Amino acid sequence: MKKIMTMLMVAAMLLMTCAALAEDYAIATDTAFRPFEYTDETGTLVGIDVEILAAVAEDQGFTYTIEPLGWDASIAACQAGQKDGMIAGASITDARKESGWIFSDGYYNATQSMAVAQGSSISGFDGLSGLSVAVKIGTQSKDYADSLAETYGFTVVTFESSPDVYQAVIGGQCAACFDDTPIMADYIKSNGVPLQLVDGTANEGADYGFAVFSPDKQELVDKFNAGLANIKASGVYDEILAKYLGE
Amino acid sequence: MSRILSTYGGILVAAMGQTLLLALYGLLFACVIGMVVGIMSVLHNRACRAIAAIFVNLIRGVPMIVLAYFIFFGVPYFWNTILQIGGLTLTALQAGTICLALNCGAYMAEIIRAGIESVDVGQMEAARSLGLPYWRSMQRVVLPQAIKTMIPSIINQFIITLKDTSILSVIGFPELVNTAKNVVAATFLSFQTWAVVGLMYLIVILLLQRAAKVLERRLKYAK
Repeated sequence: MKKIMTMLMVAAMLLMTCAALAEDYAIATDTAFRPFEYTDETGTLVGIDVEILAAVAEDQGFTYTIEPLGWDASIAACQAGQKDGMIAGASITDARKESGWIFSDGYYNATQSMAVAQGSSISGFDGLSGLSVAVKIGTQSKDYADSLAETYGFTVVTFESSPDVYQAVIGGQCAACFDDTPIMADYIKSNGVPLQLVDGTANEGADYGFAVFSPDKQELVDKFNAGLANIKASGVYDEILAKYLGE
Repeated sequence: MSRILSTYGGILVAAMGQTLLLALYGLLFACVIGMVVGIMSVLHNRACRAIAAIFVNLIRGVPMIVLAYFIFFGVPYFWNTILQIGGLTLTALQAGTICLALNCGAYMAEIIRAGIESVDVGQMEAARSLGLPYWRSMQRVVLPQAIKTMIPSIINQFIITLKDTSILSVIGFPELVNTAKNVVAATFLSFQTWAVVGLMYLIVILLLQRAAKVLERRLKYAK
């Protein structure tokens, strides 16, 4: 018994030292939030968030690992201290700041809007009475949909990723979805997802920020801000946006 | 903990109601599927046995989360977009019920088959030689003995199915886990929320076990 206990202790200590020795920052991101993060044909994680982080890290000289955990799993992992920070197209909002998010400077401004299946007769919030609307758990889009649900009489249904949300609309299980406008626009354009954005449904929008969840990690936010300013000045930032958003 | 209970307690209890509703629907259909498939697998007819075996192996070989995605996202897509027939929409409750019924039905079928096979062949032979027809013998002699041995496994399967409803949170059904994820997303109180949710499952399942024990005892004395 004693031997087993000792072995367990040694194993636990080894694990802990391994974690402590790694100087890398562990960053979490979403699984599929195109064009900010997604897996390309070769199985590589790419996207605006991924490249901005890479450029910032190079500029600031730190190393990191990035893992696509999914949206709410990323938040949970950062909160629990399993990950140091997350870059996942997270809108900077007061409500999030109050509940413990610490954001970097904004790196992209995005609105949320509504989309319906191609050929749908729904042309605005008025057409949603008695129907279901798909959103992703814990997002700005969910809050936006919640704020309209009572007025227009629709039910909000929650999923774990943007593709799940879109599939629910394409399959007809939900009448419409709310998500970040650039994401839906890109899925429609690059992936041929048979959805259409509904004009006049966008909200005011907010900046996306890199986020950490503990004041101890402020150093990482400072590095991110400094690096972001540098890559904006050097033109790398514009190159990354142009690469994914076209024009 | 108190913030979760006072602000979100009502929502979580309502979500537990949805969980129980889904489990109830699923179990109801699972019992029918399990009964039919279970009996098919002990019949002399080879085709019946083959169909039953294929069904059980197919369902047992696929994780329930895959089945859930397949039924909710895959089947309507196949029907409406690939086959171009159109008009098939499944609500999360319908898809969830189908999923639970198939999954639990396959396991129930195995429990029922094993239960029937556990009754000595001599029992059937004796009944038949007394002139009772096959179905009569099954109904009056074999099944009453088989059911007694099946009950604990069936109750166990009910509990597993109740817990399996949590998997259906991924198709947007507002059961307890899906709702809890939204509560965590709104409050960021993961420890408190998941502790409350865990306790809620535990309480419901303990009550269910207690009820099952009473039922089991009654059935024992009835014989």
